[in-house]
Amino acid sequence: MRVAVIGSGIVGAACALALVEGGAEVVVIDRVGVAGETSSRCEGNLLVSDKAPGAEADLAVASNAMWRVLAARLDAERPSCQPLTEFEAKGGIVVAFDGGEPALERFAEAQRATGIRAEAMDVAALTEAEPFLSREVVHAVHYPDDAQIQPSTATQALLDTAVRAGARLVIGEVTGALGRAGRPGRLSGVMTTAGPIEADVVVNCAGPWAGEVAARLGARLDIRPRRGVILVTTPMPQRVFHKVYDSDYVGAVGSGDAALQTSTVVESTPGGTVLIGSSRERVGFDDRPGVAPAAAIAAKAVRLFPFLEETLLLRSYFGFRPYAPDHLPVIGADPEIVGLVHATGHEGAGIGLAPATAELVVHAVLGAPTALDPTPFLPGRASLQETA
Amino acid sequence: MTAATGTVGTTGTTGATRVAILGGGPAGLAAAQAALAAGAAVTLLDEGGRLGGQYWRHHEGLTDRRLQHGWARFERLRGVLDRAEVHTGASVWSAEASDGVVRLRAVVGAADAAGRVALDIEADAVVVATGAHDLALPVPGWTLPGVTTAGAAQALAKRDGVTVGRRTVVSGAGPFLLPVAQSLSVAGSEVVGVHEASRLGGLAAGWLPRPWQLVGKAGELVEYVGALARHRIPYRIGSGVVRVLGTDRVEGVVIAALDADWRPIPGTEREVACDSVALGHGFTPRLEVAIALGAVIEGDRRGRFVVVDESQRTSVDGVFAAGEVTGIGGADAALAEGAVAGFMAAGGALDDGRMRGPLAVRRRMRAFAARLERAHGIQPGWTSWLSDDTVVCRCENVTRRTIAVRADAPLRAMKLATRAGLGACQGRTCGRAVEAIVADAGGAPEGFDRRPVLAPVRLGEVAAVATGGPEQ
Repeated sequence: MRVAVIGSGIVGAACALALVEGGAEVVVIDRVGVAGETSSRCEGNLLVSDKAPGAEADLAVASNAMWRVLAARLDAERPSCQPLTEFEAKGGIVVAFDGGEPALERFAEAQRATGIRAEAMDVAALTEAEPFLSREVVHAVHYPDDAQIQPSTATQALLDTAVRAGARLVIGEVTGALGRAGRPGRLSGVMTTAGPIEADVVVNCAGPWAGEVAARLGARLDIRPRRGVILVTTPMPQRVFHKVYDSDYVGAVGSGDAALQTSTVVESTPGGTVLIGSSRERVGFDDRPGVAPAAAIAAKAVRLFPFLEETLLLRSYFGFRPYAPDHLPVIGADPEIVGLVHATGHEGAGIGLAPATAELVVHAVLGAPTALDPTPFLPGRASLQETA
Repeated sequence: MTAATGTVGTTGTTGATRVAILGGGPAGLAAAQAALAAGAAVTLLDEGGRLGGQYWRHHEGLTDRRLQHGWARFERLRGVLDRAEVHTGASVWSAEASDGVVRLRAVVGAADAAGRVALDIEADAVVVATGAHDLALPVPGWTLPGVTTAGAAQALAKRDGVTVGRRTVVSGAGPFLLPVAQSLSVAGSEVVGVHEASRLGGLAAGWLPRPWQLVGKAGELVEYVGALARHRIPYRIGSGVVRVLGTDRVEGVVIAALDADWRPIPGTEREVACDSVALGHGFTPRLEVAIALGAVIEGDRRGRFVVVDESQRTSVDGVFAAGEVTGIGGADAALAEGAVAGFMAAGGALDDGRMRGPLAVRRRMRAFAARLERAHGIQPGWTSWLSDDTVVCRCENVTRRTIAVRADAPLRAMKLATRAGLGACQGRTCGRAVEAIVADAGGAPEGFDRRPVLAPVRLGEVAAVATGGPEQ
């Protein structure tokens, strides 16, 4: 089975590794190379805390468990030139300011019913866990399963491992479909700027560009870019010990509003910097975010951790996340084009959901068994078709 | 406690065109003078403590006037600024331009000072005259105490009368090495030698044709050459420092002859004892503000500059650029370009009689700059004097080998995997060198110049924009 994977972000790299280890002959095609876009422009969240009960939460819980095994394996087997994944099972703490505690507790209670570990923290426990947190915080929930990874190096580690197992990386842009004579509606590969690539199955992992790639292959897929800005401080002695979120995070993730929304996520990195996210704006592929998102994020972060007020901002970056209008990842066979499989639409959760996504793709392409339920994520679902 | 305590800005209440000028070196000062002459309301920002830029770097008490050129011109330019709003020590951290309106945000005061003042400036036009950094290419051993950039050695000598050591070797490329050697000598260091990497062929190609174009500039250079002779400083072309020796600090250097591509010629190495080294291989324009404003940048990894037209206008409405950000041309070119940019930004006309002089000087100096680049431009063979374990990114301690191994990844991925360029200087020091190493290894990254945070700024100062703290 020859499989062409379009895109070498975290989802493409995870799919490539799983497919090549499942016995496929894999070619990965990317315009710029490994982790050149979204997967180098995000925070590396492996979260269960932000998921309301439902299909995506189930996928997140399964993927979270897979990452623990996968990251350990990537780091253990790596040759010296392959970067570390920087996986950290640090846990997340979601906090509520005065008035926000009933909503947070309701959300956590619903999560507990589905098996997500969500432990209420009293003030003493919170002060011990995060001594530099604002005293205005009145309630917090600890999510021990939240974890963090360096998304760019983890993607590079996945693809390096896939390449060592026999996958091939081609730098080029997909320009169209290779048809099959006498078989309309069936792909036999892709045309690229680096030449034609024949394949029995094409997997579209082009993230926020997946809609455009689908169109070039004759398919319809409603995936739009949503811009997110992240701030990075100068390195400092560690004063943030978990991933710490304002509970308004949950509202922004689920929102479809195009206008600027922000929610605070603060965490330390192994490099000593503090990462502060994040904004969400649907503004197409506009690459000039200006100062407004950074200012909004900074204001909320300072409220959460007052010491940040005097901390120097070193740099900021932004990325485009693949947004699906019904807020669910899109994973599985295209409803119309035979030989085309999609794996995109993860928005800000692609890093965390990559291993489970890869398992569903191997199921769709090679027929491998899976304990996961693929149905809610199928590209042919009604909630996605209505908007396409 | 909020660090930002107040906001000021050009008001435009008089109805005059509001022109903001970024940079108080020759280009920015000339722009201010011309914009004022054209009737504009001018706000000038410079991040240094004093106006003058690198060229007129000075200290009121300590500066030796023998080391200043065109000081009377500086005093005249500075003299007209009492009609402008001037902020020194101002770091611009955000710049936006849309619909013909320019919005600049800056903080005034040292990074670690309490109570920095926030500036929020709206203008009809901006002149980007942010100048250039001096560029030192890495050399094995260059992280030893006693090694500085030529620009830093020059700044210490020129402004404060302090030398970097007792016996200094100056190495790199370009006419800038000459005033550096002169300043070090006047300030009291023995300059063991000046090593220019370019060979006679390259120098002849740049310097010999049309010598009449050198009138004016050549006068200053002849003066430097005279100073080298007076101080008995040897000037060696086609050679350079290829290694710095020492354990805890500089004890000497290895000098080698370099071929036309700047590759060390085997068998020519010789050791020279010294306690300090000044390295200067050219200049890197400071492009981040221009990029943030959306201006088109052109060039390759040997040099990228802001694209401007005859009026010094960039690709963005209301955004002008002058001086080293548009091409390394020296102070005379910067003065001429600044005058054109300031005048045009204020709504002046190019055929105005007052523009005739600056336009003529600009034409002559542009040709001169092209010849300088031909004579002294960095050649790709320099990377062969690096060893695998030479530290290239000093902030994050990243070696040549580490960068080369990830050279096939896109730039962002390479940086995140190696940490090259992610430290305090954000690639301002190592960017060009990293790009050259990646190119050697088969990669093709560009883009160290894009920095959305234009200067380090406190989160509280950024937050104030959203919370309305210092906003009016």
